[in-house]
Amino acid sequence: MTEGSPGTGSPEKTGSPGKTRIGGTAVTTVTGATEESVAAAVAAATTATTEAAVSANPLRDPRDKRLPRVAGPCVLVLFGVTGDLARKKLLPAIYDLANRGLLPPGFSLVGFARREWRDQDFAQLTHDAVKQHARTPFREEVWKQLSEGIFFCPGEFTDDGAFDALAMMLKEIDETRGTGGNYGFYLSVPPKFFPVVVEQLKRTDLAHGPEGAWRRVVIEKPFGHNLKSAHELNAITSAVFPESSVFRIDHYLGKETVQNIMALRFANNLFEPIWNRGYVDHVQITMAEDIGIGGRAGYYDGIGAARDVIQNHLLQLLALVAMEDPTSFDADSLRREKEKVLKAVQLPQDLARSTARGRYAAGWQGGQQVVGYAQEEGIPSDSITETYAAIKLEIANRRWAGVPFYLRTGKRLGRRVTEVAVVFQKAPHLPFSKDDTEILGHNALVIRVQPDEGITVRFGSKVPGTAMEVRDVSMDFAYGESFMESSPEAYERLLLDVLIGDPPLFPHQREVELSWKILDPIEEFWASQGVPEDYPAGSWGPASADEMMARDGRVWRRL
Amino acid sequence: MTSFMLSDTTASKISAQLTHLRHQMGSPAVGMVLTLVVVCDEGEQYDAVRAATEAAREHPSRILVVIARDPAEPNRLDAELRVGESTPGEVILLRLYGELTEHADSVVSPLLLTDTPVVAWWPRHSPDIPAKDSVGMLAQRRIVDARPAAEPVKAIASRARAYVPGDTDLAWTRLTPWRSLLAAAFDQPVGKVKKGVVEAAADHPSAPLLAAWLSERLGAPVKVADSAGPGLTRVTLSTAAGDVTITRSDARLATLSRPGQPDRQVALTRRPTSELIAEELRRLDPDEVYEAAIRRVARSHKG
Repeated sequence: MTEGSPGTGSPEKTGSPGKTRIGGTAVTTVTGATEESVAAAVAAATTATTEAAVSANPLRDPRDKRLPRVAGPCVLVLFGVTGDLARKKLLPAIYDLANRGLLPPGFSLVGFARREWRDQDFAQLTHDAVKQHARTPFREEVWKQLSEGIFFCPGEFTDDGAFDALAMMLKEIDETRGTGGNYGFYLSVPPKFFPVVVEQLKRTDLAHGPEGAWRRVVIEKPFGHNLKSAHELNAITSAVFPESSVFRIDHYLGKETVQNIMALRFANNLFEPIWNRGYVDHVQITMAEDIGIGGRAGYYDGIGAARDVIQNHLLQLLALVAMEDPTSFDADSLRREKEKVLKAVQLPQDLARSTARGRYAAGWQGGQQVVGYAQEEGIPSDSITETYAAIKLEIANRRWAGVPFYLRTGKRLGRRVTEVAVVFQKAPHLPFSKDDTEILGHNALVIRVQPDEGITVRFGSKVPGTAMEVRDVSMDFAYGESFMESSPEAYERLLLDVLIGDPPLFPHQREVELSWKILDPIEEFWASQGVPEDYPAGSWGPASADEMMARDGRVWRRL
Repeated sequence: MTSFMLSDTTASKISAQLTHLRHQMGSPAVGMVLTLVVVCDEGEQYDAVRAATEAAREHPSRILVVIARDPAEPNRLDAELRVGESTPGEVILLRLYGELTEHADSVVSPLLLTDTPVVAWWPRHSPDIPAKDSVGMLAQRRIVDARPAAEPVKAIASRARAYVPGDTDLAWTRLTPWRSLLAAAFDQPVGKVKKGVVEAAADHPSAPLLAAWLSERLGAPVKVADSAGPGLTRVTLSTAAGDVTITRSDARLATLSRPGQPDRQVALTRRPTSELIAEELRRLDPDEVYEAAIRRVARSHKG
């Protein structure tokens, strides 16, 4: 988790939805088309893998689009139930799924932690988490359905007895609740515990189901801290679970806007013709956070912004924006295209001139005085960890050769925003006088990932008046608060995909390794560079990042 | 919320006023995804607008409410415009007097959003053939409801005769959670179903629809039986191994039983109209499964 505030979908209204503005003048967007394209892409993405179930079930019919994808009977075992992620995201997401009628009858949830708890204590924790963080209204009957299937297994990860008890408990749940031996194991624990938990699952034979039952394991980032450790981590899980049963969660890929990148690109004819080096000048992918590291010093120090964010979220966004069109939206085709483009990513020759890093110093952020990274509690005095990272990448293929992709991320920046901006070349010829277009910039298409999910198109427009003055304006398509209120949260979508066994939105191990191959040389170079450059909290990063862009004759978008 | 009344007006004046109101509110552009035309009378107006506005949170829409008033009065069009923060999109109440009551389409047509889908909804009294209705002809999707009809089961049985792709009935929409649960129960292999019974409150239009859908899909006879309600109360499907049943007596929590497996409780609440409308607006393509179900109801319904 790298986001600060968990977006639990507060229903506040900041404006009318789906709004389109251009300066002061109105422009109409055909939002229906976008919605259709989303539906098309989502439908394509979801039908492919459920075919087997559909053909076996007489009540399912591909034409019957009202019937939602419902997970089959199963148990979800959650390791690390007391963590922030479980309380703020996972448990509420499970309730929301139940509330939408997407969980099967008999669905059971087993918590495992080092607490002297009984089932009702865990149920209470879940109840509180749901009440506080769920996106859908609390309904007594839904809670009753869910709470009947909540169990708790106390124990340490190293305690054989606890896992034997877990195995017994699961067997009993199969009998009393008809879950058919289908178990998902969600490891919401630090990676150092993976080996022992996975080993325990193997020892108790929980990792391999009988014929006709599935076993899946869900792991959260970080997937290692470099290529070597990613290999090692994978060796641990793959020794016990086949790759097809390993679900790596990158919650960004569960976000509606990220999935909409595919709809935008492949369901429309408007953008794809210009989506190449012939028209695109460069691409900026940004994830800015306004928060500091909070209480995560132990995790963050030694990892830094690039490993925490660029390796997974930003490179995945890059892959989705730059990849060729997949032959279909099933997991194989999609992952193949992402891998191809990640393989084509090239690092610049001179890392000193094409990367930048920084760490926040004390300053004022959004009206609050905050301390610098070095003064945060638990940070060693000799830390050289960066909290801001910017890198320039190129993609060596016919579509993108010569088009730089600038990736940046940082903590304690001006505000929280994640976006992908495709910046187009300037018009080859302007029939206006130089004075008329002096302040005209580049056209851009911006995919706003969060907050205020949507799409912005920036283009030149005449300023009303008798003179011919052309100026940049932007046109917004907002998914709007009203859309988001009912659209599923990223974890909801991803949890459902795990239970259904639908993997397109989960990165494959090969993608993880390719991402580390891109990042490792940069990290090695940075390790030799000493303390990162300071930038004041609340600013937009160190001066070296701006210089890096200036060398290419470009600027970062002001966010 | 800004509300604005126009008396004895025309569609173009309403249009101009809407643009003016939007400019005044500082958001001059249109980001709505569809136009929902609600045809109802004064008494149903409040509930219908409420449900439509709720549904508009998911699908920002222009909601045109067409209310026919006294046809004996002189011709007149009164309009009430509501634009504001609490309503995503816009609500326009159109009150028609005199001969105009017969020509609602002349008012609705110029107020439709450009090049976006149009959905018509009759909360209570629907035309015999919605697709031939002057307002219905403007819409890609036509939503009617058999439940408030005088003879609900007869109404649902007559739907097939008027059916044109794009028609739908809320009696069918109400079934989605039931159908979803039944489909989920069949995700695990269930033996061949020999026969079935759907129990519901007397003259409940959803019951024959559910029975028709089940027998269509399962290839087995499914009967409808009366119960004390509320709504649907039980579905029983008999297989060689035993009965698969879903029982719901309190309209909230259902029990699923299958042969050889423990009973399980599942939330199965009756949904408010706003959720039904929101479901309808999610997909605007013809519902072929609904068509198959009403055709079967029509065949099996006698009298």
